[in-house]
Amino acid sequence: MSKKSFRQAINEALRQEMQRDPRVILMGEDIAGGQGGSAGVVDAWGGVLGVTKGLYTEFGAERVFDTPISEASYIGAAVGAAATGLRPVAELMFVDFVGCCLDQIMNQAAKFRYMFGGKARTPLVIRAMYGAGFNAAAQHSQALYPLFTHIPGLKVVVPSSPYEAKGLLIEAIRDDDPVIFLENKVMYDDEEEVPDEPYSIPFGEANLTREGDDVTIVAFGRMVNFANEAADRLEKDGISCTVIDPRTTSPLDSATILECVEDTGRLVIVDESSPRCNMATDVAALVAEQAFDALKAPIRQVVPPHTPVPFATVLEKLYLPDAARIESAVRSVMAYKKAKQDA
Amino acid sequence: MQIAHDILLRSYRSMRTIRDFEERLHVEFATGEIPGFVHLYCGEEASAVGVCAHLSDTDTIASTHRGHGHCIAKGVGVEGMMAEIYGRKTGVCHGKGGSMHIADLSLGMLGANGIVGGGPPLICGAALSHKVLKDGGVAVAFYGDGASNEGTTLESLNLAMVWQLPAVFVCEDNGYGEATGASYACAGTQKARAAGFGMPYFDCDGTDFFAVHEAAGQAIAHARAGHGPVMLHVHLARWYGHFEGDAMTYRANGEVARERAERDCLQKFRTHVTETSLLDLSALDDIDTSVKDEIEAAVKAAKNAPLPEPADLQADVYVSY
Ligand SMILES: Cc1ncc(C[n+]2csc(CCOP(=O)(O)OP(=O)(O)O)c2C)c(N)n1
Ligand SMILES: [Mg+2]
Repeated sequence: MSKKSFRQAINEALRQEMQRDPRVILMGEDIAGGQGGSAGVVDAWGGVLGVTKGLYTEFGAERVFDTPISEASYIGAAVGAAATGLRPVAELMFVDFVGCCLDQIMNQAAKFRYMFGGKARTPLVIRAMYGAGFNAAAQHSQALYPLFTHIPGLKVVVPSSPYEAKGLLIEAIRDDDPVIFLENKVMYDDEEEVPDEPYSIPFGEANLTREGDDVTIVAFGRMVNFANEAADRLEKDGISCTVIDPRTTSPLDSATILECVEDTGRLVIVDESSPRCNMATDVAALVAEQAFDALKAPIRQVVPPHTPVPFATVLEKLYLPDAARIESAVRSVMAYKKAKQDA
Repeated sequence: MQIAHDILLRSYRSMRTIRDFEERLHVEFATGEIPGFVHLYCGEEASAVGVCAHLSDTDTIASTHRGHGHCIAKGVGVEGMMAEIYGRKTGVCHGKGGSMHIADLSLGMLGANGIVGGGPPLICGAALSHKVLKDGGVAVAFYGDGASNEGTTLESLNLAMVWQLPAVFVCEDNGYGEATGASYACAGTQKARAAGFGMPYFDCDGTDFFAVHEAAGQAIAHARAGHGPVMLHVHLARWYGHFEGDAMTYRANGEVARERAERDCLQKFRTHVTETSLLDLSALDDIDTSVKDEIEAAVKAAKNAPLPEPADLQADVYVSY
């Protein structure tokens, strides 16, 4: 056990799985970097933000493949390789670039098993960065996990911390279905204690980072940190929250969400993806349908506005949910009185 | 090709403006005041300027993530650009796009682009507009050696030929896509790729304004005359990292220094006009001074400009909703 960054945790998961299973290969743009460069060095970058650094040096050109800037072909190649015996982990750099290769994910990888009558296995992981907060503007900041969650056949992971990232990535690599693994780019330097040995965290099992009596907060990815921060502040005022990190949006641990809402009677959902047809609306629908009687107040969603992600810092701050907005949403559901009770 | 005096002066000014704009950004970025990703065009100025010298506001260009040079060459003002890069309300995109999304459609500048290979298909569409609307315009896609490997680029070469569009595909080949060399990432040659689609191919030294101007003139004339699309392959080098903050460990020691010493397009321009007695150096010195002031003023204005307001967040998602 030692302190590791989100970046290191992911690197370690990749390294340990590559050591364990020779079928695990990596591909992506500049995941080594330096190929064909005049300095003659390879592993110059280790990915655009250094996440895969050292893996080329350790595993070599037979296992780690730098790709041309050709997402449709290399993501498709990862799908094809997965269906025929390898276990590729392909890096898409920014998840926004899925626009260039969605067919291979949506119409190929996701559907093989079902269309082929259960005869195919596509043990593929696609890693990509998501999220706002980097001034990376509209084409490099989206939180597209709902897009993938919408597609039957894909599993979707949104880790909230270094510990979670390592365990969930190992699970993703060992899983026999195509998995989309999304890393919030603002979190790469976040640190926490992470075991040195390999471990896996099962999909579809939510983690409760706080347990409380008054309000259930369901938060995704980086938003879990903000929810915890808000819960800490609210605790001081005697409002106690349960914070649920679902870990995976597909499969989704609906049982845990429903149980917690049954206990607290109030629900706030925090999701940094665009607000229409996102995880917040999905969870809200689940609870409205299956735990209606438990609700003491309307469900509140803390989400961005229905706009692309703006560039300027002032606008991006307004765009993103934060602890303060979660806190006020929690206070508002606590303050809510049903009209009938008033009368 | 004989180049008119005023075009020479204007082109030199454009190249100098790009150089100073970028060099200044390099310095300002290091102070931490500039948010987001910034990709500098230093060393490549003659390409944007040599091509755009043949274009008017009726013509359309699509740019890349490394777009400042194309914007300046197409006539976008540096004050609005600088303010945009600083995320100010006075920026050309009101601070909502930043460095990678500077655009001004009124000048035929269809935008820098955060998506590699995003431009070529758009340029097929712009060329289609020019063709259908019969406005005499051509559409030019700037794209890198790295972008030449995107399916979107290759499909666009084909589509443009099939539809015989007035499109010009300018492949700016600086030898790298991020940290990966073109010698690794590009199979075959750009020339053979063009030939594969039956597309005329021109190439030139992208650090020599006169060479670019000559080749681009022929390429653009071909497209403008209605003879279909062309590829212009421009050989050049970038002087800074892929983006600001890139230590460039993948480039040999001295590679950039040699480029700067031997292939500086501004220096080459000066030498050429003196040797051929085309221009008086003092005219160029005057331009240098005036550009320096202009950039200084743009930075000052950007730093003092107002930030976007909360209401801007929800504005302009749609025309109507
Ligand atoms: C679809 C897509 N893939 C990857 C990237 C990340 N990226 C940004 S610039 C770049 C390199 C582009 O190389 P090139 O086209 O040669 O242009 P240069 O940077 O050399 O000007 C890459 C891979 C992106 N922005 N969009
Ligand atoms: Mg390049």
